[in-house]
Amino acid sequence: MIPVSVRFFGRRALQLVIVVLGIAITNFFLLRLAPGDAAQVLAGEAGSATPEYLAALRKQFGLDQPLPVQFALYLRNLLSLNLGFSFRQGLPVLELIAQRLPATLLLMGTSITFALLVGSAMGVAAARRAGRATDTVISSIALLFYATPVFWTGIMLIVVFSVWLDWLPVGGMTSIERGYTGLAYLKDVAAHLVIPATTLGLFFLAVYTRLMRAAMIDVQQQDFVRTAVAKGLRPGRIAYRHVVRNALLPVLTMLGVQVGAVLGGAVLVETVFSWPGLGRLAFEALFQRDLNLLLGILLCSSVVVVLANAAIDFLYTVLDPRIELS
Amino acid sequence: MVAATPQNDRWMALPRLIADRSCRAVVGLFFAVGAAMPAVSFAQTPQPGGTLTAIIQPEPVILTAAINTAAPTGTVSGNIFDGLVDYDASLNPQPALAESWETAADGLSLTLRLRKGVLWHDGKPFTSADVKWTLENVWKTIHPRNQATFAKVKQVDTPDDNTVVLRLSEPSPAILSSLNSNGAQVLPKHLYDGTDILNNPNNNKPVGTGPFVFKEWKRGEYIVLERNPNYWAKGKPYLDKVIYKVVPDAAARSAGFEKGEIQYGSLSPVPLKDAERLGKLPGLKIETSGYEWLSPFLFLDFNVERGPLKDARVRHALARATDRKAISNVVWYGFAKPATSPVPSTLAAFHDASADKDAFDVKSADALLDEAGFKRNADGTRFSLFIDYIPYGDDFKRTAEYIKQALKRVGVDVTIRTQDTAAFTKRVYGDRDFDLSIAWFAAFSDPQIGVTRAYWSASVGKNIPWTNGSGYKNAEVDDIISKVQGEASAEKRIALFKDFQKIVLTDLPTLPLVELKFFTVQAANLKTSAIRGDQVYGSFRDFWFDVPKQN
Repeated sequence: MIPVSVRFFGRRALQLVIVVLGIAITNFFLLRLAPGDAAQVLAGEAGSATPEYLAALRKQFGLDQPLPVQFALYLRNLLSLNLGFSFRQGLPVLELIAQRLPATLLLMGTSITFALLVGSAMGVAAARRAGRATDTVISSIALLFYATPVFWTGIMLIVVFSVWLDWLPVGGMTSIERGYTGLAYLKDVAAHLVIPATTLGLFFLAVYTRLMRAAMIDVQQQDFVRTAVAKGLRPGRIAYRHVVRNALLPVLTMLGVQVGAVLGGAVLVETVFSWPGLGRLAFEALFQRDLNLLLGILLCSSVVVVLANAAIDFLYTVLDPRIELS
Repeated sequence: MVAATPQNDRWMALPRLIADRSCRAVVGLFFAVGAAMPAVSFAQTPQPGGTLTAIIQPEPVILTAAINTAAPTGTVSGNIFDGLVDYDASLNPQPALAESWETAADGLSLTLRLRKGVLWHDGKPFTSADVKWTLENVWKTIHPRNQATFAKVKQVDTPDDNTVVLRLSEPSPAILSSLNSNGAQVLPKHLYDGTDILNNPNNNKPVGTGPFVFKEWKRGEYIVLERNPNYWAKGKPYLDKVIYKVVPDAAARSAGFEKGEIQYGSLSPVPLKDAERLGKLPGLKIETSGYEWLSPFLFLDFNVERGPLKDARVRHALARATDRKAISNVVWYGFAKPATSPVPSTLAAFHDASADKDAFDVKSADALLDEAGFKRNADGTRFSLFIDYIPYGDDFKRTAEYIKQALKRVGVDVTIRTQDTAAFTKRVYGDRDFDLSIAWFAAFSDPQIGVTRAYWSASVGKNIPWTNGSGYKNAEVDDIISKVQGEASAEKRIALFKDFQKIVLTDLPTLPLVELKFFTVQAANLKTSAIRGDQVYGSFRDFWFDVPKQN
């Protein structure tokens, strides 16, 4: 008899392959619906062009091949785990993604962690004083951050903290002109990280606050909580030991969604802060019709989404023993 | 081109920023003193040292302008590669890699004498073989502009290492106006010969002869260039390092200048409405020279194969309904000059100011439209058109919005369409599925290079970006275009171009709107001896900081 967990992961692995392959094939044809191709974009940017120049570019990009041939090549690459080559950038897709990955993970990781911790804490605080002034204040703040466009928050933070107060750098990830190394370099990156991570974190925070608050209020009304109260437990212990743990499931679901989307980066925040993340890379690839690169990023993203979902399903069983792996 | 990703369209007005206090007080004092002293004493003593942080936006695709003529590539590449010549503010060639040049009396050969002792950054000597190889394998084959410019070159002779002789089938005076590091960039033969040129790894880590050596390119972040210690102009460059930062957001660029983190940005790096404000800050200045070699002009293409636009009277009527002064002053905040001809006034010898037939006159526009048989309907409209604009930023969109308003007054209902660059060029130059289209071209210093392409009939509908968008086909014009290419006499070429302007402004397939004035934002203490006419794609060879910035 195969253990449940092995069957779970086996099935998930199979699912991963099917889903990812399906997404890859759909993307391949979907992206070709966009008008114009990479050669035309490049010629457009060049400010001048001739038929010979365009033909040379199409040949270089492999765009002179018929679509079925291009598709066959793509499939062959895919099955040999080769993400292909970005002719526009002159680098393998995998290398381009790997270059941007640390910056993306740093920004997304920091802001999601910040949002998860602070947002959940605010949600718990609001739920414990539901309907009172604290709740109103917290809910209003959360809603305000959620409703404010991130680029506006970002620019306002730049104006206040970088330009007026001169505490933090305007953008980028490092002060390259200073040539920092070692600890000074880490401090420099951390200083560059503060505003973008806060901007993005404040936007995410609202979701966690609202989810946590709603889930807490829901769980607070359940029988086992009444029993705990009747038992004479202290309210703090009830809240943290019994209510929060049970209220974490929806928060975890949300976390799964966000972790899944991590490779997509955050185009607006990356743009406003000149942060060298994957979101900008994908966004620019779309406008430049750099389909190999875009397909590569989308493929990696779909892998992460499937893996994150599997991880979250597994975590459910840890948090709530009533849920079983199936 | 001033390409811009659409997120740059959405930019927001920064509140008026207060110049910050405390640590800047010292700097402010310095400027106050500097202003009080005679400017000459400061400006003429170059100080070695310092790091210049500049903006590069959008990020270049590759760093070799011989292979890609896009603006960001040209900007960075101009520091790594020298031109055979540079152009001064009046667009006269000045010695660079070529110390002298002469055209034979019959115009059928051009001899370039190259500077001796110039080294590539990898230490190999620069010779006439490099020039010959690049001309034959890059300029004449894959370079998007030079295939036409060097078309008449039938043979290249290299009698010795320092002499190049171009043998021409017909006189070709336009060559001399396109020999700088952007127009005709020389690549190192020893690194390119026998390779797949478009995929050569050196395209992204270029080896040039220029004042700065390529050091590092961190994609999405920055490009670092370092001083070339073996540069042929002794003592130059003055700067130790140049860092190009990629800053995709317009408001963030403004903030970077304001804070002093960035000291240089060319090709209008901040929105027009920010430029004036930044220029008033003590530490910054706005410079509009350095773009003469580009001579950019903005125009409106009429699709002459569609509906009412087939009628030249309608085209003239729409032209008269458009107030080009308002486009300059209101839409482009004064960073433009009303255009009267497709040959910009910066090309003074060729420009014909009298050829324009369409001064702003709404009454005459109305009358012409009536005459052409397009009477107003009951609701006051005559017909409706679509307008598409080059998606390079807010300013182009505002131009479209202005034209929509202007044409409404004469009863033409205009709908604005927005799309990205690939979709725009396919629509206009490929599918020809448009009525009105706004775009800009660089005219360059000879109209043969940048202007005639908009009127040459052979490129209609071939899906080649930035060619004949209007669909105009006139055998007489085609004939002039081929004649100017092989005409040696300057007077005859000028006469031909004057005829050309009269014809195309009578037929009016394309309405020249304004001559654009690009601007540079730079730190006030960044000095140079003279701004070149092709500075936009030139180098920082002659730039220095009054007081070198401490690293």
